[in-house]
Amino acid sequence: MTMLKIGDPAIPFNLPGVDGTKHDLNEYSGKSAVAVIFSCNHCPYVRAWEDRMVQIQADYASKGVQLVAINANDSAKYPDDSFPKMKERASEKHFNFPYLRDESQGVARAYGAERTPEVFLFDKTGTLRYHGSIDDNYDDPTKVKTKYLRNALDAVLSGTMPPTAETKPVGCTVKWK
Amino acid sequence: MRVRFLYTEDCPSHDEALQRLRGVLDEEHVNADIEIVRVDTFEEAEKEHYPGSPTILIDGRDISPIPDSRYAPACRAYVLEDGRISPLPSISMIQKAVRAAKGNLKSSS
Repeated sequence: MTMLKIGDPAIPFNLPGVDGTKHDLNEYSGKSAVAVIFSCNHCPYVRAWEDRMVQIQADYASKGVQLVAINANDSAKYPDDSFPKMKERASEKHFNFPYLRDESQGVARAYGAERTPEVFLFDKTGTLRYHGSIDDNYDDPTKVKTKYLRNALDAVLSGTMPPTAETKPVGCTVKWK
Repeated sequence: MRVRFLYTEDCPSHDEALQRLRGVLDEEHVNADIEIVRVDTFEEAEKEHYPGSPTILIDGRDISPIPDSRYAPACRAYVLEDGRISPLPSISMIQKAVRAAKGNLKSSS
């Protein structure tokens, strides 16, 4: 069950990133929008979407948008989701956004994340404006009809409400300890 | 031909995958029952040598074998013909496996 509702403030976090530094949500306070995406390594839905995540960051960086991916999966049961494997994935796919490790799963629980990938998009005031999927087709990027996250970003950047504020996140379940 | 479809309930792609399998069996005029097996625990995954959801076995062979796979009640990734990763096997992957099994049936009869 999602703990955060549209209109709620972002929940702070301070998590280690694959770049070797700790990342605090506060460091993004100057951004025009922050998309926190609960993600992981092993999930095929994430793997199907991650090139699109990289492209979204590339397309919106100059507009002050920041994506932040967070992996909270239990790496004891799912070793492909370990921190060393996260570093490999970030390097292999040229992630242009922070990829953070939520080892205690506290941030994922606080946000109410249930799936990977699952997007929480906050505007410049840190208010949740969109929650859900990146777009409507995990299987084939050429068959996407509605680009939920891009549409929400365009709206947030123009100071309007996203045309669709919530969609059902589609993906693997978060692997709880 | 023995057809087994193994899936984990939490993985959203299993309905679509089963539909694709049924569609291929239909088009290939294969009159085989599909044994549908739900795998939700690590113990069940080990017992079934289950690399993830969905898994399609045609005469005991995975339509897209993963060498040295771990067994887990999780979603699995398929590498499609164009190199993309998908939670679903493509229709052509399923067709290839069914046709190969049909070929084996013919050559052994």
